[in-house]
Amino acid sequence: MTTAQRVNNSRTGSKPPRLSRDNHPRQPLNWGRLSAWAVLTLAILVTVVPFLWMIRTALSSNHSLAANSASLLPADFSWGAFKRVLGMQSPQEALSQGGSGAAINFWLYLRNSVIVSTMITVAQVFFSALAAYAFARLQWPGRNKVFTLFLATLLVPPIFTALPNFLLIKNLGMLNTFLGIALPTMLMTPFAIFFLRQFFLGMSREMEEAAKLDGANHWRIFFQMVLPNAVGPVATLSLLTFIAAWNDYFWPLLVGQDENVRVLTVGLSVFKSQSPQGAPDWSGLMAATLIAALPILILFLAFGKKVVNSIGFSGLK
Amino acid sequence: MSTTKIAARIHTVNVDVRTPKKRGKTDLKTALVFIGPAMVGFVVFYLLPTIRGLYLSFTDYGLFGDPVWIGLQNYVKIFQDKLFWNAMKVTGEYVLLNITFQTIFALGLALLMYHVAKSTLVRGILLLPYLIANVIVALLWFWMLDYQIGIVNQIIEWMGLPRVAFFGSETWAIPTIAFINVWRHMGYTALLLFAGLQAIPRHVYEVAALDGAGPWKTFWKITMPLLRPVMVLVLVVTVIGSFQIFDTVAVTTGGGPVNASRVIQMYIYQKAFGEQDFGYASALSVVLFAILGIVAFLQMKFLRGNESELD
Repeated sequence: MTTAQRVNNSRTGSKPPRLSRDNHPRQPLNWGRLSAWAVLTLAILVTVVPFLWMIRTALSSNHSLAANSASLLPADFSWGAFKRVLGMQSPQEALSQGGSGAAINFWLYLRNSVIVSTMITVAQVFFSALAAYAFARLQWPGRNKVFTLFLATLLVPPIFTALPNFLLIKNLGMLNTFLGIALPTMLMTPFAIFFLRQFFLGMSREMEEAAKLDGANHWRIFFQMVLPNAVGPVATLSLLTFIAAWNDYFWPLLVGQDENVRVLTVGLSVFKSQSPQGAPDWSGLMAATLIAALPILILFLAFGKKVVNSIGFSGLK
Repeated sequence: MSTTKIAARIHTVNVDVRTPKKRGKTDLKTALVFIGPAMVGFVVFYLLPTIRGLYLSFTDYGLFGDPVWIGLQNYVKIFQDKLFWNAMKVTGEYVLLNITFQTIFALGLALLMYHVAKSTLVRGILLLPYLIANVIVALLWFWMLDYQIGIVNQIIEWMGLPRVAFFGSETWAIPTIAFINVWRHMGYTALLLFAGLQAIPRHVYEVAALDGAGPWKTFWKITMPLLRPVMVLVLVVTVIGSFQIFDTVAVTTGGGPVNASRVIQMYIYQKAFGEQDFGYASALSVVLFAILGIVAFLQMKFLRGNESELD
């Protein structure tokens, strides 16, 4: 079906098919549709314009922002903010362009975010896939009870477990280590298990049964048949997990304050509060947020459809 | 974490209850290996911390030395704590503003998407803010709403109105933060409702059309009642999420001016990590947990979230 057809179907499906005087179906363009599109366009603008403003500010020179606060184009165009954030400017240069002069170890934070998010994504998806297989396909006593218990943890607010988990990580001597930041979400999250279990439940059993007759054990079935057939859902889950890990702020704030393991979100909030010269380095800040958002934007451009559809997939019905 | 959490809560309605055919034998040994790592993660980072959090709430614990059992003292103190009640009031205000506008806008957008634009591109664009970190979104709006040179205040001035100290005034701090998160969550919530709309069988609308129901009547008599289970679920999930507002506050106002935006999670954070009062902070988070439980229960009960008109 083309988009137009679908649109029409949904319209006639939901509204009485009003007929115009000469008994022809109503043209697709009328005032109702026009105003609907106008509102939708407004919503899209409200969504997009702040991001454009972020880019515009990042490409401005910080000193000129105040004088040109309403110009739509970058005020006194300059790559300075990006250079400053990426450490490609000397402190003097940075100061003269309205930077704080304090170094922000952006590359370091970027590296840390990549390390932590990758650790979490790879481990969480793998271990959750194993568990999901056990919940979907293996026979063992108490299976459904354990699964319900796993799901129940979704109701516990993160702040509730964050305090004891902080104490645990501290007692284990893992404060300010990558493992300390990643570990609590590396082994499972109830969502990841649920997501994959749903998919495994829907997979055909016939191939598995055949493989079993041929003497394959569960490991072989899992690695050679189940996983290769689940590439789509595994990719979607990985994407969602990576985005969540990349964006997380509260937990890394608790256990990863140290510069060497500080991730981008925490680094950005520190950067914001560094303005010894009085006026904040807005263009530097926007350049930094832009770079921090970039990996997610790229992932979204490449796989956006998967993410968007996964929300439909979350199967309200 | 919120992306996955919320989606997961949505999933739970739909738990598949099919059980594979009993074959008389169990795969217990294999299962233990498959589920082992996840089980360790569950016990160590979810189950035990929940129990330990409950235990700590009955103790006086300042990180040094051992927790000292003090019974209900923390809870008694909370009841008399003016800052706690202030935090509850501020959080309540935030949730009310955030949820009301977010839900209305999202419902409008969902209907628009359903009727005029089913394109993935439109949905993708509207979803975008939700995928960007809270911290980044907060910083972006912190800049745009700046009192001196933020673009929003420029526009306000052009319109001949006085500038607004969005983050600096006690009146505006919470509405501003609520608005930022309406902006961030609107598209996501709309997509959830959109999925709900798509699940309403088409023939119901056709029957309504044959009976001569107009769009307004169709919306109130058909769409809303049939969307209700999804709507309730979305409300439960977004309200629970909304109560745990932290990142935006931490990055912009830090709880101020004075106590104007010191929401409950900020207060817990400050008690635990500012004042090293882990016992009291744990008791506060038990209270938050209880409130969330009660709110979710009431919503499910009074909005009849688990009954469908279709059955």
